[in-house]
Amino acid sequence: MSSLSGTSAFYRRRKLVDRLMTVLAYACTAAAIIPLTWIVIYVIYRGLGAWDLAFFTELPQLFGDGGGVRSGIVGTLVIVGLATLMGVPVGIMAGIYLAEYGDNRLGGVIRFMADTLTGVPSIVVGLFAFGVVVVNFGYSAFAGAVALAVLMVPIITRTTEEIIRLVPDSIREASLGLGVSRWKTIMRVVVPTALSGIVTGVLLAVARVAGETAPLILTIFGTNFPISSNVFSGPSTTLSLQIFQLGGAPSPQVVEVAWGAALLLVLMVLGISLMARLVFRGQSVSGGR
Amino acid sequence: MDSDNITREKELARGRSDEQEPRRLRTAQGSTANRASETRTEPAVTVENLDMYYGSFKALQDVNMLIGRNRVTALIGPSGCGKSTFIRSINRMHEIVPKARVEGKVLLDGEDVYASDVDPVRVRRKVGMVFQKPNPFPTMSIYDNVVAGIKLGGNHKKSELDEVVERTLRQAALWDEVKDKLKQGGTSLSGGQQQRLCIARTLAIEPEVILMDEPASALDPVSTQKIEDAMEDLKKKYTVVIVTHNMQQAARISDYTGFFFIENMGDPGRLWEFDETSKMFSNPNRKETEDYVTGRFG
Ligand SMILES: Nc1ncnc2c1ncn2[C@@H]1O[C@H](COP(=O)(O)OP(=O)(O)O)[C@@H](O)[C@H]1O
Ligand SMILES: [Mg+2]
Repeated sequence: MSSLSGTSAFYRRRKLVDRLMTVLAYACTAAAIIPLTWIVIYVIYRGLGAWDLAFFTELPQLFGDGGGVRSGIVGTLVIVGLATLMGVPVGIMAGIYLAEYGDNRLGGVIRFMADTLTGVPSIVVGLFAFGVVVVNFGYSAFAGAVALAVLMVPIITRTTEEIIRLVPDSIREASLGLGVSRWKTIMRVVVPTALSGIVTGVLLAVARVAGETAPLILTIFGTNFPISSNVFSGPSTTLSLQIFQLGGAPSPQVVEVAWGAALLLVLMVLGISLMARLVFRGQSVSGGR
Repeated sequence: MDSDNITREKELARGRSDEQEPRRLRTAQGSTANRASETRTEPAVTVENLDMYYGSFKALQDVNMLIGRNRVTALIGPSGCGKSTFIRSINRMHEIVPKARVEGKVLLDGEDVYASDVDPVRVRRKVGMVFQKPNPFPTMSIYDNVVAGIKLGGNHKKSELDEVVERTLRQAALWDEVKDKLKQGGTSLSGGQQQRLCIARTLAIEPEVILMDEPASALDPVSTQKIEDAMEDLKKKYTVVIVTHNMQQAARISDYTGFFFIENMGDPGRLWEFDETSKMFSNPNRKETEDYVTGRFG
């Protein structure tokens, strides 16, 4: 009796189930990818038509041909830039603290707070910035940047912590064993070893807040007039807010400008995400040169 | 303590009063001035009644050892007997482990490295360490790896670095293999080359004592041979303490040998026997030592 070749009913059924599951897995993958592809293609289809000189050089108009989103482009760059300037140092230092000194109760508390903050709806963070900054100093690009920075910090903190923990202890020992102080070991040996991962975390945090809308409504106002040249005072706007304001307009031409802005925003986020991938692939924690 | 040990102790202790050095761990200069003068014979390191704990677990008990200056001291014994723990207590590297603590004394040139005003960073500048697994800095070139300790340790002259790199790489028997690619990453080298790079890196900070924790256990025989060759040179200038599982290696390269042993499971490790290497390998005083060096267990 051959026990290897007998094609039992059991075997045939197992084969069938196997095939069925494979098909199901492919179907689910397709279901996950289709919306993303669809969105990207649709945004390109609707938005590309809006891209002309006026789109990049004019102010938005809720009537007529919709104008352009120059103020939104500048505002997005300024506000996200400011938020990065504020959020990155805080996030990275907190991440370093958690990874290197955070195995205690204080570390646990900070970690818990960072995780909670990651889950807080961004409109709540906007309300906070409104209460703290806007109520006292009025609408400003800075107020919006504060809100975005608060959203960035926990993301950067946790990715920095994770990536610094990946640096092998043998590297720390090597440095400490050479009579290098703990602090210099962290800043000159550990952090550089983890740098590509940290930069990746920062870029992903930037991509994450670049499209934020809700907290900005409460903090930068979202003007269709020229934005204030003083980042600490006076209303500003961003691409995301312009999409919000123009997208619901009755005139199809105005809506087209909103789609153009959406395309620009999607490309920006996509570009940052790609950059993050490239940076991370360029250098790995353990084996990189 | 038996009579042999006492004789050796006398020999090592001779001249301890030759020159009373200033408290060098606490001062900035003089790290190289007095090193390696062939005439000094007092022990480089004196360990007295050393107990060592990881939390409530006692890993070592009552270790006493005189580590001869410009000698190679080999530490042997079964795994888990506290050899790594012991050598880390000499340069305070155990302090990286939370809850690790030491009782007893470790004197470096007569000075207690555990005195309350001694900075562990300074201790580690005088007592360098080479680890079991080669651990070059992955973001640094070969060149930068060698001078990392100098650069990160504070004041240095740029003009001196080239000279340091060549000298230490020669001492570590690596110069000829890397002299044309000093700007390449340190991790691009083979395992054996990486370990010699780590030795060069340790030499660059000009320590007095070099601790090596099984430096060749992860390497192939050829690389091991090269490291042993390098050590032959090193012991002219440095005090070397090396943990090894390789009995032939211990017999070949060391002047003194210490055997660590745990008699009953759960006991702390002890320095079971310590003597001149020739005696330890030919006619040790204790049966366990003989069993171990002849390969009957362990
Ligand atoms: N970081 C640590 N935390 C707790 N126990 C440790 C630690 N390192 C070593 N030990 C324990 O101390 C004892 C001695 O270990 P070790 O010094 O590594 O021995 P050896 O180097 O002789 O193999 C072992 O029982 C080991 O489990
Ligand atoms: Mg060990």
